Amino acid sequence: MSLLLAESFAERGARERAQSLLDAQSARELIGPFARLSSPYLAAQGVVAQSDDGTVVMRGTLGGERACVVATDGRFLGGSIGEIGGAKIAGALELARRDFERGTPTRMVLALDTGGIRLQEANLGILAVTEICDAIVALRMLMPVVAVIAGRVGVYGGLSLSTALCSSIIVSEGARVGLNGPDVVETESGIEEMDSSDRPLIWRVTGGRMRFEAGFASELVPDDVQAIRAAVEHAFTHPRPLPPLEPPEFPDPRLERDAFLRAMGIEP
Amino acid sequence: MIETLRYEYPAREAVTRRAHVGVVASGNCEVLLEPSSAKAASIVVRTSVSGFDATWQAVLKRFFARNPIAVQIEINDFGATPAVVALRLEQALEGAR
Repeated sequence: MSLLLAESFAERGARERAQSLLDAQSARELIGPFARLSSPYLAAQGVVAQSDDGTVVMRGTLGGERACVVATDGRFLGGSIGEIGGAKIAGALELARRDFERGTPTRMVLALDTGGIRLQEANLGILAVTEICDAIVALRMLMPVVAVIAGRVGVYGGLSLSTALCSSIIVSEGARVGLNGPDVVETESGIEEMDSSDRPLIWRVTGGRMRFEAGFASELVPDDVQAIRAAVEHAFTHPRPLPPLEPPEFPDPRLERDAFLRAMGIEP
Repeated sequence: MIETLRYEYPAREAVTRRAHVGVVASGNCEVLLEPSSAKAASIVVRTSVSGFDATWQAVLKRFFARNPIAVQIEINDFGATPAVVALRLEQALEGAR
């Protein structure tokens, strides 16, 4: 694949990302910008709201099967999840479960690009994440729920918990996945722990390749629409066995450290 | 604090459909354009950068002088420069025609 011919996924906005994962001409947006369901809390805090609250939900087909893609826009307030955006995601997941129960399964894809819960809507964001987690667990018992992390922000914070619950997690090399972002780690634990201005370090610790090598993601893809589409389809046609729902035993941290070092090319 | 600005310009051309472009991101803005049955273009601007009323007027006046379209427009702005606003308006019009 030529780099010049690749169609970048990361360079697209949320709406275009959702469209690009669905079959051509099949996409239809639910609760789009003209529904004007924007956050009612931002204006009071001096922040201009976006008409779709930064979350896009699209129905259509994927590989000829009914599908729904949710995409968050990392450019609007870091792709943060507030009450409206969170309700859109949880609602889409719950609709997909209802579809399955009615005999019309819907392939569910979460194309997330988010720093996590929106600080301006703190508790409502937390509530939304719990609803999303709940809905993912309910749906993944019936059919795969696929996460795509291939945006400029990656996935941090509360939504990193939700993606960890998905049946398959597809990451790109440019994306990042982590619970606490680099700024938070530096603030809480000091610059010796994490220098948030050191971008190579951030990618060595939370970058897509590292997450894949360490077993936190199921697929590593280039930043190319066709490659990501193929990986998403594969995730539905070849579902992975689900991890057990009861809490696993914690792995030996030394083994984790060794795996981490090996992935970095260092023999422990 | 957010500033809300309202403008109105005379219009005589119709557009066929609504259009949505842009994003509320740093140095950018979102434009929602809908056809209107009135003989005027009415615009609501919500911006996080206050004190630029005259600049908004200049950009919008020029756009509607060239494109006298009967529309309702909402702009959600996060510090877009006049050039970016003009481009977004053109882009929205392209999508609406």
